[in-house]
Amino acid sequence: MMCCQYILLLLLLGVSGGVSAVEVQRPRGVPLSKRQFYEEDKPFTCLDGSRNIPFDRVNDDYCDCQDGSDEPGTAACPNGSFHCTNAGFRPGFIPSSRINDGICDCCDTTDEYNSGAACQNTCRELGRKERESLQKMAEIAKEGFLLKQQLIQEAKRGLEDKKAKYADVQLSKNEFEKRVEALRTVKETAEQPEKEAKERHLKAWEDQKAVIQMEKDKARKAEVFLELDDDADGFVSVAELLSHSELDPDSDVSFTEAEAQGLLGGVDKVDAVAFESVWINIKEKYISEANADSPAPVETPLAEMRDNESEQYPEEDIPDDEEDDDEEDEDDDPDDDYKSPPTMQTQEKKDDEDEGTMPPYDQETQNLIDAAQKARDAFDEAERALREVDDQIKNLEKEISFDFGPTAEFAYLYSQCYELTSSEYIYRLCPFNRVSQKPKYGGSETNLGTWGQWAGPEDNPYSIMKYEHGTGCWQGPNRSTTIKLTCGKETVLTSTSEPSRCEYLMEFTSPAVCQEPSSLDSVLHEHEEL
Amino acid sequence: MAPVLVLWLAVCLSVTWAVDRGNFKTCDQSAFCKRQRALKPAESPYRALLETMELTNTRLTLQLINDNNKVRLLLELYRLQGNMTRVKINELKPLKPRYEVPDVLIREPPTEPLSLLSQDENGVVLSLGAESQRVIVSARPFRLDIMEGRDVLMSLNSRGLLAFEHLRMRKDTFSYKVTSTVASVWDNIKRVFSSQVEPEAEKKEEGDPANQSETTKEEEEKVEDGMWEETFKSHSDSKPNGPSAVSLDFSLPGVEHVYGIPEHADTLRLKTTDNGDPYRLYNLDVFQYELYNPMALYGAVPVMLAHNAQRTTGIFWLNAAETWVDISSNTAGKTVFGKMLDYVQGSSETPQTDVRWISESGIIDVFIMLGPTPNDVFSQYASLTGTQSFPPLAAVGYHQCRWNYNDQEDVTSVDAGFDEHDIPYDYIWLDIEHTDGKRYFTWDPHKFATPKEMLQGLMDKKRKMVAIVDPHIKVDSNYKIHNEIRSRGFYIKNKDGGDYEGWCWPGSAGYPDFTRADMREWWASMFAYDQYEGSMENLYTWNDMNEPSVFNGPEVTMHKDAVHGAWEHRDVHNLYGFYVQMATAEGLIQRSGGVERPFVLTRAFFAGSQRYGAVWTGDNAAEWEHLKISIPMCLSLGLVGISFCGADVGGFFKSPSTELLVRWYQTGAYQPFFRAHAHLDTPRREPWLFGPENTALIREAVRQRYALLPYWYQQFYHAHRTGQPIMRPLWVEYPQDPATFALDDEFLIGRDLLVHPVTEEGARGVTAYLPGKGEVWFDVQTFQKHNGAQNLYIPVTMSSIPVFQRGGSIIPKKIRVRRASSCMMHDPYTLYVALNPQRTAEGKLYIDDGHTFNYEKKEFIHRRLSFTNNILSSVNLAPDAQFTTQSWIERIVILGASKPSTVTLKTADGKESQLEFDFDASMSVLTLRKPGMNAGVDWNVMLQ
Repeated sequence: MMCCQYILLLLLLGVSGGVSAVEVQRPRGVPLSKRQFYEEDKPFTCLDGSRNIPFDRVNDDYCDCQDGSDEPGTAACPNGSFHCTNAGFRPGFIPSSRINDGICDCCDTTDEYNSGAACQNTCRELGRKERESLQKMAEIAKEGFLLKQQLIQEAKRGLEDKKAKYADVQLSKNEFEKRVEALRTVKETAEQPEKEAKERHLKAWEDQKAVIQMEKDKARKAEVFLELDDDADGFVSVAELLSHSELDPDSDVSFTEAEAQGLLGGVDKVDAVAFESVWINIKEKYISEANADSPAPVETPLAEMRDNESEQYPEEDIPDDEEDDDEEDEDDDPDDDYKSPPTMQTQEKKDDEDEGTMPPYDQETQNLIDAAQKARDAFDEAERALREVDDQIKNLEKEISFDFGPTAEFAYLYSQCYELTSSEYIYRLCPFNRVSQKPKYGGSETNLGTWGQWAGPEDNPYSIMKYEHGTGCWQGPNRSTTIKLTCGKETVLTSTSEPSRCEYLMEFTSPAVCQEPSSLDSVLHEHEEL
Repeated sequence: MAPVLVLWLAVCLSVTWAVDRGNFKTCDQSAFCKRQRALKPAESPYRALLETMELTNTRLTLQLINDNNKVRLLLELYRLQGNMTRVKINELKPLKPRYEVPDVLIREPPTEPLSLLSQDENGVVLSLGAESQRVIVSARPFRLDIMEGRDVLMSLNSRGLLAFEHLRMRKDTFSYKVTSTVASVWDNIKRVFSSQVEPEAEKKEEGDPANQSETTKEEEEKVEDGMWEETFKSHSDSKPNGPSAVSLDFSLPGVEHVYGIPEHADTLRLKTTDNGDPYRLYNLDVFQYELYNPMALYGAVPVMLAHNAQRTTGIFWLNAAETWVDISSNTAGKTVFGKMLDYVQGSSETPQTDVRWISESGIIDVFIMLGPTPNDVFSQYASLTGTQSFPPLAAVGYHQCRWNYNDQEDVTSVDAGFDEHDIPYDYIWLDIEHTDGKRYFTWDPHKFATPKEMLQGLMDKKRKMVAIVDPHIKVDSNYKIHNEIRSRGFYIKNKDGGDYEGWCWPGSAGYPDFTRADMREWWASMFAYDQYEGSMENLYTWNDMNEPSVFNGPEVTMHKDAVHGAWEHRDVHNLYGFYVQMATAEGLIQRSGGVERPFVLTRAFFAGSQRYGAVWTGDNAAEWEHLKISIPMCLSLGLVGISFCGADVGGFFKSPSTELLVRWYQTGAYQPFFRAHAHLDTPRREPWLFGPENTALIREAVRQRYALLPYWYQQFYHAHRTGQPIMRPLWVEYPQDPATFALDDEFLIGRDLLVHPVTEEGARGVTAYLPGKGEVWFDVQTFQKHNGAQNLYIPVTMSSIPVFQRGGSIIPKKIRVRRASSCMMHDPYTLYVALNPQRTAEGKLYIDDGHTFNYEKKEFIHRRLSFTNNILSSVNLAPDAQFTTQSWIERIVILGASKPSTVTLKTADGKESQLEFDFDASMSVLTLRKPGMNAGVDWNVMLQ
């Protein structure tokens, strides 16, 4: 341990020794690259060429040059900048307003030469740390880049496979189409006799029903006649009719004798035969005396209630993505649209109170129906298969044409999901699909955005992913998520935050982002320049 | 912030973007206002009983009697030092004491002798000192007139609207026993009946004094709706003390312009209220307030100023209950033509403004400030309620706020963002989310796990933080603050004697009784470093929601029948926020052992709140109209003593367009309290998020603020010493120029800077009125000279902030803008000397340590800078004060100068040296290079 430190120290001394060897006297705050403009004993020309001043006005704590170049080492110029050498670390510029402001900005402490601030030279330490971290990053980049090559190969293979499959499926699609057409013909052929047989059966039943209905009406008429004929004299009189106020033709408060007489066709009473024509007028309104006591059924305004409810809870709350899902679901279950004929059971129940039940199909009809159903099933099956093929083709087309990066290195993320658990939520990133958030301890999932596009800067568009149009926020935008990708050996969601309400930011490491590392030395060297 | 949670529901139902007016009372819905407003000007039933008059050296007392009900009042009249008259009216023998506002006056105002000039059976005439000022007390009907020579300055009860609802026993009548609904029906019937018999009763009274007691009884039984109980929406007010309102009218002959009575989102010049509601003063948490109307907002200062070209006067109505102010004017309805016609025809009718104050309880206690100049009124009012507290210099810098900075990392990165983009700032703010579950004085254990580390990080950059501490305390037996307050019995009580509980940010919350001195003392002790865990000396405080806001209370505030010891919340409501800020500021002072100046921002306020810190205009919106209204809102506050005012830069609700945000920074940079703030649900808007061009525009606005900090700081010192507003309407400095009387789209900072911010979208130019006949103004950017008394059209671009320096002034700046104000402490000054046509100029320079109370121990530099006869000199204004500075004078810029041949600096030790200079003939600007003398010493600079 000791010996290693020693060596390291020597190395650093070597570096800084080298630096001091080339250190040249120059006015405070001037970078080496501009040293030649600051020559003692010669008038100084402002770097923008605007003015000449005596050299003793350079760094005299008064701003003479518009561009601030005469005061590189003081805070006199509002637009000046100060160069810190930062031996052992990266050199840099700071705005000259930070000179002697009591805050240590340069790691070599040179910015606080007159403020009394107790600054420590931290350049070596910073340099060491930076080198360490650069080294680490370089290692990661190296390994990551290797992995990336594999990913590229895999993606290539995957793409070829998909293209091959695509060709296959395209071919098989023709087969499916042919099959669908053939089965359609079979189905239509079987359905024609089925339809005819069913219609026949229905017609017979309708005729039979009409007869039954007529019988029933007749029976009721007779029954009513007897009921109305209170004095059993074989006639229904105006007085007898008046006891049934529901028959009032204008439904006002009073059911007058004149009105009753009108109902009886202008006479005072009618016999059972003449009642025929009266019955036609009153049968809709007539309430049997046997039922009169029981209250009229209260119509529950169920439909109305539902309407109200739907007004109170509009369905617009349902987020867009779910709607999308719904659509897909519909596509998956086309069979729902086909109404199968009512089963015997329901038919029975429904017709119970009415005119009895339709008798079962005769064997011949039933056979035709069964045959047609079989043809339909076969056709449906074929059609579904075709649709599946179509979906497959669509998906393949999408995947083949999808922008998975310049060498398709991001293809492996497709149809994967990655999770990160925070203190409150589980975040889920399904690349190229969607981002979501779910409370850790129960609660519904919130959509933080669906795949939008690559959104990195022009020179590196594949460094940022954007997911948009998530669940809406109160008084705010729809949720959206920005994913920052960094090079890593593993594919991991490393952090998540919500810097602005409903705008999420996540960090995601993947070998696919790793760039070919230049050699470590050159990386370090880049930052050593003085 | 606002009660978003509660109103969320309301918003869901009606998605309009505006205040839900239905949540707040109109005068008609406030029983006492409706009752009082129903009284119309007529002969007053009050009569002064001159035989009861007592005149001592300090005051006059006299009884008033209401001839309708024979209830007697006691009038007290004082002549106060500094040209003020105080009129107090209370019941002679109230059933129980009526509330008199404590703690607002800084002391019992010193009096001056009143002397009796004449007396007869019609009244008395008293002298108000030497200036031929008199008070005339007329006996029948009672009225007061304050005269100067032959002019009436102000009349009280001249319209007969003095009303004083005396405390009474609740009559155990039938109407009392039946349910309230039936009762009100019964009342209505009875009222119809009694109004019919009324004339007869009056006749009887006149004819037959023996009947008097009976008549009185009848009067008293005239119970109206809302006297003993009142409901608003689902809230009922039990009113155990019955009706107790007070009201008085004031006539202001010759006055057409009245100002003040903040807080309202309205024009600077108050409007007449004949066709609508009166201006309301009742501290309320108004969600998404509307502009240009008289609705009550977060704070209330019952002070009105009246101004004409001859005189400025003021009325201070010291009452903390709900108050309504009616304004009418005999010229209001007239067109300009009508007025001219009057003039031509020599109409004898002088313009007059009539004002009427109505308060729900308490007494009448009015201070009449007689001016005669605006500055006299400011010093008169300051002598009563004190001046603006002198803030630490840093608080005058820029404040970066947002609801919320999410965690420590967020704070660190925003802080770093300011450095990265080279934008100065002094304070970063934390809203309610920083706490552990809205328990104030605590930190979220995950997001703000190591607050001291965070504060130290800021301190290393010489920056500070403000954390919010609201007065609603979470009811939670595991919360130390709650347990302490409860066990000490410090909570406000409900009408049934239990601790009052309301709904606010933490859910169920108690409200400490800040009207209690012992409670405030305890509260202050909670800010001690060992009590407030995680606090450090660079942590300051923000009191929000202190109206108080109660989400589930009537009008989003506390029930009026809640109990503060002997008093009802009704009596003290408008004082609550004042006390919260008072106790908090005291806490910040105490934690440093009385050394450091506090900084506390409050949303609710009352007269006297200026003594405790800053206020802001509450939850505004990111709209151009809200940017515009920030000017009259802060001007109105400044007129009544509260100078440290600002509006949320960018607008709190909604998201500003980039243009609006930039314009708001440009405006805010020239208003006293400069803080950006944003609602939780808005996208981030730190200054660098809108592209480099806009970052540069915002940076420039903030840098202009920092360069001007020496001038701003001086203005605060001046306001602290004199009570004069910092941000002032033009008429304050040009009181005889009627063109300035209604201006509220431009303003002055101190006397010397005129600002006309760009507040119109897409503006290509603004028209600024430059006041002062024979004066000149210099554009601070171009140094272009403009004549006064003209409307000047100024073309603008996105970088323009039209600001002008008055010819005749000297303004010190520090143009080495650094990342925080304290980094600029030792930096040198540049003096901007703007010459008037007489080639003179004057200014001041004030320097102290920027953060302690040592200035009270004479540790400061205060110098007068003056330019006359071609000599600029610095003279000590405070020879007995001691302070040294490292700052020196690095540059002197003389605007409107001619070219000298030599410039000689002479310092106190007699040494002379020649100064180098630069002369720009096109703009007549003379720049003296690096004179170099220390800013704290005597010197002369001679131009020859």
